[in-house]
Amino acid sequence: MERILSRWVDIPDLRRIEVYEAHGGYQAWRKVLTEMTPAALIDEVKAANLRGRGGAAFPTGTKWGFIPRDSQKPVYVCCNADESEPGTFGNRYQLENDPHGVIEGLLICCRAVNAHVGYIYLRGEFALQKRRVDEALAQARARGYVGRNVLGANFDVEIYTHRGAGAYICGEETALLESLEGKRGYPRNRPPFPAIHGAFGCPTVVNNVETLSNLPHIIARGAQWYRGIGPAASPGPKLFCLSGHLNRPGLYELPMGFPLKNMIYDEHLGGGILNGKKLKAVIPGGSSFPVFTADEALKVNMDFDSVRAAGSLMGTGGVIVMHEDTCMVDALRTIANFYHHESCGQCTPCREGCGWIEKLLIDLEAGRGEAADLDKLIDIADNMEGNTICVLADSLAMPVRSFVRKFKEEFVEHVRRRRCPYRFERGYAGAAPRDAPPFPPTEAGAAS
Amino acid sequence: MPKLTINGRELDAPQGVNLIQAAEMLGIEIPHYCYHPGLSVVGNCRMCLVEVERAPKLQIACNTKVAEGMVVRTESPRVKTAQAAVLEFLLINHPIDCPVCDQAGECKLQDYYMDYDRKPSRFPLGKKNKKGKALDIGSDIMLDQERCILCARCTRFFDEVTHTSELAIFERGDHCVVDTYPGRRVDNRYACNVVDICPVGALTEKDFRFRMRVWYLHRAPSVCSACARGCAIDIDHHRGRIYRYKPRYNPNVNRWWICDEGRHSFTAVQREHRLTQPLVQAADRFAAESWEAALARAAEKIRRCSQDYGPNAVGALVGAQATNEEIFALKRFLSRTIGSTSVGGVSFSSADARPGDTFLIRADKNPNTRGLSALGLALDGLASLAFAAGQGELKVLIVLRADPARALGRAGFMRALGALEHLILLDVSASQTASFAGQVLPIAAHPELDGSFTNFEGWVQRLHRAFDPPKQARGALELIGALEKTLDGIESDYSAPAVFADMARAEAAFHGLSLEGLAHHGARLNGVAV
Ligand SMILES: Cc1cc2nc3c(=O)[nH]c(=O)nc-3n(C[C@H](O)[C@H](O)[C@H](O)COP(=O)(O)O)c2cc1C
Ligand code: SF4
Ligand code: SF4
Ligand code: SF4
Ligand code: FES
Repeated sequence: MERILSRWVDIPDLRRIEVYEAHGGYQAWRKVLTEMTPAALIDEVKAANLRGRGGAAFPTGTKWGFIPRDSQKPVYVCCNADESEPGTFGNRYQLENDPHGVIEGLLICCRAVNAHVGYIYLRGEFALQKRRVDEALAQARARGYVGRNVLGANFDVEIYTHRGAGAYICGEETALLESLEGKRGYPRNRPPFPAIHGAFGCPTVVNNVETLSNLPHIIARGAQWYRGIGPAASPGPKLFCLSGHLNRPGLYELPMGFPLKNMIYDEHLGGGILNGKKLKAVIPGGSSFPVFTADEALKVNMDFDSVRAAGSLMGTGGVIVMHEDTCMVDALRTIANFYHHESCGQCTPCREGCGWIEKLLIDLEAGRGEAADLDKLIDIADNMEGNTICVLADSLAMPVRSFVRKFKEEFVEHVRRRRCPYRFERGYAGAAPRDAPPFPPTEAGAAS
Repeated sequence: MPKLTINGRELDAPQGVNLIQAAEMLGIEIPHYCYHPGLSVVGNCRMCLVEVERAPKLQIACNTKVAEGMVVRTESPRVKTAQAAVLEFLLINHPIDCPVCDQAGECKLQDYYMDYDRKPSRFPLGKKNKKGKALDIGSDIMLDQERCILCARCTRFFDEVTHTSELAIFERGDHCVVDTYPGRRVDNRYACNVVDICPVGALTEKDFRFRMRVWYLHRAPSVCSACARGCAIDIDHHRGRIYRYKPRYNPNVNRWWICDEGRHSFTAVQREHRLTQPLVQAADRFAAESWEAALARAAEKIRRCSQDYGPNAVGALVGAQATNEEIFALKRFLSRTIGSTSVGGVSFSSADARPGDTFLIRADKNPNTRGLSALGLALDGLASLAFAAGQGELKVLIVLRADPARALGRAGFMRALGALEHLILLDVSASQTASFAGQVLPIAAHPELDGSFTNFEGWVQRLHRAFDPPKQARGALELIGALEKTLDGIESDYSAPAVFADMARAEAAFHGLSLEGLAHHGARLNGVAV
């Protein structure tokens, strides 16, 4: 399939503006400014059925439609480049290699909702990525794509980049807005929603990097073309992040609806399971969603609706693959450790529940667990889910329930034998390295 | 007025109120920690989750405004499960040191646990997170981070009410702690309000710590006497001792808050600092005497002076610490019983008193300056009375809750009032003026009084007697009544409500008011623009 979102693989130096322009860059922006009304633009994006790539799969055109037409207050657009979901690394490569694609998408969104200021909120660790975006912005400004009276179309727009301080929760859109405003990254209660009361109390759209980067292509080639890629209700090209026990982990662009089985086993894709082992489990969308057993995983097609119908969610498209030697108790403990560490601590069920779950799992993995702990885990997850300010709590509740239910015998075995069978009998060394990467990362350490 | 249904009961609720407030109007409690009517809504404790028809998830009542046709359930099984779950979550890392915690007995964690959870813990004691205990964070407050439930009431108070932001929440997840910024301490004249609004024992008052179990305390609604704002307070007392003042909600005066100076102002009126028996001075020595003797002596002086020099030779100086009723009664006593018009007011705040601010604290440290002027007493009464004394026209002066010797200095006092023949001082403790007094009569302090003050904005608020005055001290009204009876044999009702009623008849500013009618939030003087 033609690479659309990851064109940089085929086009060297795409991040340089001359190269980007030579491949049709900023033509969509020109078209939007000179040939389309904002209303027509929103209709086009609605017609394309573009759905958010940041995790919630919300229809992008519909989201834009919530912005009041004649807002008395300024309208803002924020590009969510906080990419912190475990197993998710597509935005990062886009920002490094195709920053103009993201900027052009953001500009188009600004036009659609009549915003004259756009922000790109990057996660704290994205030092290199911010530099690349800033360089690209300087180029775009010099060419008159950003600034006052853009392309003579009587439209002013400025874009600012902002690096966070390194918190997963700042990817949650309302926490992002708080952080952008210079406050502690606490998610906000809704209502009011960002479309009414967003950045600095003004109507605001928050869209993911990958979502925005689809826009220039939709405008250039049309909604019809776009809907033709993958299932019509959930169409488009998608950057899948394959990680875990695969021979060829990495970032792959595939059409929506691509079979997960092929993703894992095709030799030009995942290349099969590491060391010829058997597949045990897959989390299809980053760590925040229900896990699939091998059987479930091999049947599912990777688009929003199919994954949902199969009982999980496609989230960011971060596919985490686990083979037969993986201890599911420990894998879940690792996940719980992440959410425990990242819970902002604002609301009671999440603040206390995440830590409690991790403590239970540490004990279970160490052979100190009790049979009653399994029900307790489910109970805690139930008590967290849906009762909090943001869905970080649900993001731990979902894996917990699915791991415990789908791999119950493993949990029971840990209790019965008072030890982790994988550690002791299969040389299992734990699910995650304990050492965190340096912060901020050095340029040498970041792939480009 | 949207009409909604809560637990099957219909209600017309005012536009804009939230479900906690609406339920309260029906007498239905929706438990809550983080919500406080005086602060912004953060919705973080999740204790107030309720079921709202057509909403798939439970909704937090604090952030849900009433709407037409809304159907709310606060006692459904789903709600009960959620309430018990939130309490369980709150308690897993809680130290549960109720036996040594000052909050015990008025702790929302204890109360709600009994009302909404009552289940044994499923969390092992040894795994609780450890945080800071008994931290002296400045002002008069102590912080226990383990007891804190992170409701952010205290941080919001300093952010939104005093705009000083001394406290913040640091760290993340269950490692979150309330703390001061590095190298900083709380230094705030309103700091102790956070102790009041903290729903648990995380913030305690140094002054009150380990002094008294709250269930032994009795409560009397009253008014703070430390400045002209006159914040509504509750006096918490036990066996004639005050243990603390707590702010009492009055939307007209202080809303939910009081300042720390006012809060701690009761120490001056505790028994050990008080005058407890009538004293008479002879040759620079004070001797105790009985009330009968003291009253007879005072009456005799008054009678003889007014006969010898005319009624205006007897005068009175009334301080702005006196209640409206006392001011009125003394004024009336002078005119009705003696026929004197020599009466003046004084409202003195010492030069080293702490300055006022734009929130509650007033530079005028007297609770009833406005009452003096509303009752027609000139605030420069000291000057005119001194002039009369200097002219030899004023011979006997009754001083009620005022300390002219402090206001004028000793030398100034001698110059101004040194010519007096007899000074009768009615006060709660030995003031500087006492050494110049011929007689010192011990009277009840504010916590021992029924009556009212008028604040600087004209709000008349009621004081309720918390307990009796110590030993032989008596109410000033009673004393004035007794003097009147001694002088002309007339016995009238000198209870505070009766005097107030007389005052309302006689004084235009008080027309139509009654002591009972002041209720909890007071009433405005007549002729004051609302
Ligand atoms: C805990 C949490 C973390 C999130 N992190 C990110 C993130 O890093 N990047 C992102 O685009 N969306 C993230 N989201 C989703 C955003 O809240 C939001 O839905 C998204 O940015 C919307 O963009 P989209 O409509 O283009 O997908 C996160 C959500 C949650 C609850
Ligand atoms: S759910 Fe968790 S991360 Fe989200 S606001 Fe509550 S405590 Fe913070
Ligand atoms: S805060 Fe409440 S529950 Fe906690 S120790 Fe004090 S009294 Fe007990
Ligand atoms: S110290 Fe008290 S008021 Fe402050 S956050 Fe903790 S529990 Fe709430
Ligand atoms: S009172 Fe509503 S969430 Fe705390």
